[in-house]
Amino acid sequence: MVKELERAGIPTVHICTIVPISKTVGANRIVPAVAIPHPLGNPSLGFKEEYALRKKLIEKALKALETDIESQTVFE
Amino acid sequence: MLRVVHYLNQFFGQIGGEDKASIPPMVKEGPVGPGMAFKGSFGDKAEIVATVICGDSYFNENIEKATEEILQMIEKYKPDVFIAGPAFNAGRYGTACGTICKAVQDKFGIPAVTGMYPENPGVDLYKKNVYIIKTTDSAAGMKDAVAKMAKLTLKLGFKENIGAHEEEGYIPRGMRKNIFVVERGSKRAVEMLIKKLKGEPFTTEYPMPDFDRVSPAKAVKVKESLIALVTSGGIVPKGNPDHIESSNASKYGKYVIEGIDNLTNKTHETAHGGYDPVYANEDPDRVLPVDVLRELEREGKIGKLYRYYYATVGNGTAVASAKKYAQSIAKELIADGVKAVILTST
Repeated sequence: MVKELERAGIPTVHICTIVPISKTVGANRIVPAVAIPHPLGNPSLGFKEEYALRKKLIEKALKALETDIESQTVFE
Repeated sequence: MLRVVHYLNQFFGQIGGEDKASIPPMVKEGPVGPGMAFKGSFGDKAEIVATVICGDSYFNENIEKATEEILQMIEKYKPDVFIAGPAFNAGRYGTACGTICKAVQDKFGIPAVTGMYPENPGVDLYKKNVYIIKTTDSAAGMKDAVAKMAKLTLKLGFKENIGAHEEEGYIPRGMRKNIFVVERGSKRAVEMLIKKLKGEPFTTEYPMPDFDRVSPAKAVKVKESLIALVTSGGIVPKGNPDHIESSNASKYGKYVIEGIDNLTNKTHETAHGGYDPVYANEDPDRVLPVDVLRELEREGKIGKLYRYYYATVGNGTAVASAKKYAQSIAKELIADGVKAVILTST
């Protein structure tokens, strides 16, 4: 899906846990997530910490969208 | 008799379903689950001395650590051959099988065999390195998969000649081997060309690799952009109004998020059947981060959050379907002036 959205010309950032799969399907901007059942959260944290973690990941994703790249890039 | 070690996930290893997908690796002596079928096919030529079982999520969330732990478990059983799966169309399981097979080959210098459906992401990751028997997309094809995997395992273990992919049933590895044929190349090429000109079916001797890559789209200024959320994690309004299937989804949904600041267990849930749904159901923002994007919208860090989000279930879903959904989503997004997408996957 990421690849098709980009093919249509829409820059798309993929937030996902299994980075090798994202790479092999052809995502260009990749942000590694927390875990498979909760990519943008961590139930073992308190509400505030979990929210802060999610915000950090989204800010990373926004930065990826603002960065011009030549080839597949993982934004750690 | 060949010594074989077998790798299984928590499900085929008979530990449990998605609720057990986070278990670290463990080892059991002898065959387990599908290992019993292999035992039947091996007869007295090979024996499964141990089975390593690991949760699919544990493996994929800790690829390096899990690989190291599993290699240590395998080492003491001194196998002659290693087998993993078959994983059919289970993405996490396929990735695990491929990773472990390659690691075992590299570390112990022994051959490895696994089995997968051609669309399993583990295939593209490892087909060059590992013999992957082509299977159906579900465990309904277990019998056939085991027969082919067992046959190849014995051949590799006894260092016999391995035939071409059509003969053995593995997914082509992109390796070329010299063979003798009756007709010379020029004649074969001309015959093929004549067939092609007549519109008759023909088989190429050297299929071109399929490099489907898309160049990265240009960066955007997110502060000025309309941004959309898309997920393959199956987040849907409570009750799953479009009945998106929990696996091999036949559709996607488009849902309004205008006026919603936060997804909760009262408003939304996951329809995805390929991961433990407890955490996503408790707080769907963990998969579809509407809460944070609303705050960033208020803070002026993004232009605006698009008034709909799109969701499907990425669980054994055919690549052709995913492609079709995204093409139709892209059309709508462009028509509505969306400049960038955040796509989340579980």
